[in-house]
Formats: sequence, structure tokens, C-alpha cells
Amino acid sequence: MSEQSEGDITLDEICVVAIAEAFRGDGEVLCNPMGPVPVISGRLARATFEPDLMLTDTIAYAIEGNLPFGGDSSDAVIESYMPFRSIFDQVWSGKRHVVMGASQIDRHGNQNFAAIGPYRKPKAQLLGMRGAPGNLINHATTYWVPNQARAFSETVDVVSGPGYDRIAELPEASRSHFEIRRVVTDLGAYDFESEDRTMRVRSLHPGVTLDQAQEASPFELTVTGDVPESRRPTDEELALIRDVFDPKGVRKSEFR
Amino acid sequence: MPDKRMTEDEVIADLESGMTIGIGGWGSRRKPMSLVRAILRSDLTDLHIVSYGGPDVGILTASGKATRVTYGFVSLDSIPLEPHFRAARQAGTLEDFMELDEGAFYLGLMAAAHRVPFYPTRAGLGTAMLSENPGLKTVTSPYADGEELVAIPAFEMDAVLLHMNRADAKGNGQFLGPDLYFDDLFAMAGKKTYMSAEKIISTAQFLDEGPVHTLRIPRVHVDGVIEAPMGAHFTECPPDYGRDEAFQKEYAATAKDPEAWAQFRADWLELESHEAYRARLNERGLEQRGQS
Repeated sequence: MSEQSEGDITLDEICVVAIAEAFRGDGEVLCNPMGPVPVISGRLARATFEPDLMLTDTIAYAIEGNLPFGGDSSDAVIESYMPFRSIFDQVWSGKRHVVMGASQIDRHGNQNFAAIGPYRKPKAQLLGMRGAPGNLINHATTYWVPNQARAFSETVDVVSGPGYDRIAELPEASRSHFEIRRVVTDLGAYDFESEDRTMRVRSLHPGVTLDQAQEASPFELTVTGDVPESRRPTDEELALIRDVFDPKGVRKSEFR
Repeated sequence: MPDKRMTEDEVIADLESGMTIGIGGWGSRRKPMSLVRAILRSDLTDLHIVSYGGPDVGILTASGKATRVTYGFVSLDSIPLEPHFRAARQAGTLEDFMELDEGAFYLGLMAAAHRVPFYPTRAGLGTAMLSENPGLKTVTSPYADGEELVAIPAFEMDAVLLHMNRADAKGNGQFLGPDLYFDDLFAMAGKKTYMSAEKIISTAQFLDEGPVHTLRIPRVHVDGVIEAPMGAHFTECPPDYGRDEAFQKEYAATAKDPEAWAQFRADWLELESHEAYRARLNERGLEQRGQS
């Protein structure tokens, strides 16, 4: 890659690719990302290395083709009907990979986007549990955290998505479908492929040092061996992100 | 043939304080708002609302009509957090609630519709949904697997309120938008079910409106039919109309200011009838067109 084009690549594009990488190997599942960056990631993965993914228009239809984020989907080819009831059935079937946000997340992957403070009378009511309890225990989940320093927490106030420590207390049958595939932040990508199932640095975005990532976390990040740099988008991916999936740059609004 | 047509006020006369009332739709989508406003202007108190919540839950909690809520979420969709509901939660005026995983909520409706005490699910294990809801129990599978599952209790509902695109006078209902949500289960689960509709048509006209798959509310589960054009406003009711985002923004903004909320209630939510509401909407439309 020439220096010129390297300088052109921006953090949002690195993050889009890091989330897309979380879908690698998923094959034929319903990919259900929430929010601009994850939706662009899902569409990018399908357009390149994971062609069998199913994606929705975020309303009630699974659609074919490469649609821009937030664009008009009325002309898109519908391949299946996915009203909310079918989405829940899909969750329980397990053939789904969701991307959600996290207002707080700890080293075991316990996630909170429900409320800050005491649950019954919170300081701040956030989204609520939404589908997190069912998603986590039924199929793969990836978290997208655009501001690591703000979200990484020693403990979470309310557990909406359980982490590996809580899941370890459940019987085998309840545990068997649980997987936090990846946590992607503005600094790097993390997984739980460590022996004690704590958050491990999988890669760091270009220019980010391990010290910087650790500084933006109140808990100790697990490191096993050399930490690679997060993969940079290929020229094809850059063109798809910029010209096809998000020509208006909506993805940049997530970094504030 | 039964004729179940009635008015919003006649529905209210059937309801009592302390009842559990289920409300169909989803977030800020196809909510029976003319019936919600009729509750607001009534003497009913101490209600328990069961809903995939939107402004129905916001209005009824902010006004104190609802003292208990069972919900899968409460959102205005284009405004992710329902600000009136949020204010009630943060002020501690609504501490009696049961929040369920969105999918688990579907099972509570289905259990009630099928008249079984619960449906089992894994959703909730290891989360605050279980630890913060002492009333929620687990069951152990009687089969060889012996798995422990969360038993989502049937939602016993004294009355259910729904809004459909079309209905006939007998109580058959038709949805014409992209999603039925869970309104068929709500209809079955309610001891009494009241269904408003954009338009009451003759039974023979249904298939001129949409394919046979849209006929999802059978009359055996419906006790009252209310003709309410624009009855879901300001929530969306496609293909009849989309969400009135400008109106919703105004509604949302009033959560910050008690005076603005009182004014908004007087101006819009506590008008004496749905006809008066529609008339004011028409005036507003004319004003807005005049300004542009």
C-alpha cells in the first residue's frame, strides 16, 4: 500500500473492516447488525468474503444486493419475509449473528445498555434489555463500542448481556450456544479466546499502542503473544464502503 | 351476524380501574392511540399496561394512569428512548414494572393466548432480567436433558386494545403494513379485545384491500370494533400513513417541562373525542401548508 493511500484510510473504515472480520466463517446465517458502522460491515462482508450471509433492510424483509446505509430499499429484491416474530424465531434457532452496542462492558464480556445506577430507579434509563438476554444465550454476538474509554468498566450496573463468568455458572445445555465473537472499539478488536475467557487483545488499529489501549480500560487487558495490527481495508473494500454502502459518510457520525 | 361496532367512550365504559390492559402494535407503530387518549381523559386509575411500548406507555405512565407496566421495551423508534417513560423511571414514580427480553415477551403473550401457565426459554439466564425480577421463576425440563429454563408467565389481560388497517363490523381484522407484530396473540390473550381500525368495510371487500394472508385477526377473539381514521396517529400505520415525526418530536420535547406537557395534553391528548382530535389535526395541516 502506498503512503498516500495509507494516509487516506480513516478510523471508521478500519472499524468497519474489523467488524466485517467478525462475520468471517459464518456462512449461511442471518447477520443482524445494528447502527451505521455495523450495518455497513455486514453488507461489506457479504459483498466480499462472506457471500452467503442473509441481511435485512432493518424493516421486515431479507434483501439481496448492495444497498447504501439508510438508502431507499423499496426497489431491492426481497428474498424472505422477516417480521419481528420471525426474527425471534430466528434468534432461538441459533442461525444468527447480531452486533449490538454496549454502554458498559467488563473484562468477562458482561454488557449493559439497560440503565446506569440502580435498576429499579436508575440515574439514567438507557435502551433497556431489548433482545440482549435472548441473543447472547442463543447465538454469536459481537459488540461495537465506538468509545472504548467510556464503555470499558470494572463492573457493569445492570447485566443485559451476560459475560463468560456468569455463563460459566450455568449448566452445559444453557451454555452451549453462547458466544461473544468479538468486541470492536475505536482502538482495537478484542475476543475471549484466552484460557480464562477474559477479554483478549486480538488486534490494535493502526497507530494504537498496547499502552494506549490499556490506558483506555479500567481492567487489565489480556494479551497472549504478539498483538497484530488490525487489517486495513483493501482497495476494493474502500471503494465499496465509500461509494456503495455509505456515500454520505453516515458512519463517521458514530465517532463523537 | 354480530355487529360489534362501538365508540371509544363505550370501550372506556367497559373498563375498570386496576385492570390489566394489553396494547398492541410495536414502539411507535400502529398503536391504538384514539383508545389510549380515551383512557387518558377517563377516570380510570391504577392500570397495569402490557405492551411492546411506545407513546402508549409514555403517555399512560407520565399521566399516572399506569402504575405498573410489563414490557419488552419502550421506544419511539426514530427517538430510541421514550422520554416520558424514561423520566418516570428516573424519577422513581414507576418502580413496579417487569421488563422482559423482547422475545421472551412474545412467549408471555403466546402462553396467555394458548391458555398455558408459561412458555420456557433460555433468554434471561445470567442477566438482570432474572435477578431483578423475583417474580420470574425457572423450571427444569422433565426430560433426560434436565435443562433449567426461564418460565415466562402467561400475561393475564382483562382487556386488549389494538389498531388495524381494516376491519368488518363482525370483528375480523386486516393488517396491510409490513408487520402484524403480535396483535393476533394479543387478541387471543385478552379476556375482552377491542379493535380500532382505519376503516370499517364489508367482509366481501377485504380481498380488494390485500391478500388473504393479511386477514390475521379472526372475529371470535374480538368483542368491539371502533372505526377510527387516523386512529394510530402520531404513530405509523402504513400503508395508510407514516409516522408524524414532527408531531412526535413535539410530544417528546414536552417530557422536559411540566408546563409544556400540561399544555400538550390539553391541546392534543385530552380533547373530548377522536373527531375533535382529527379536526385539530386538519387545522394543523392547513396551518403547516400555509406556512410553507
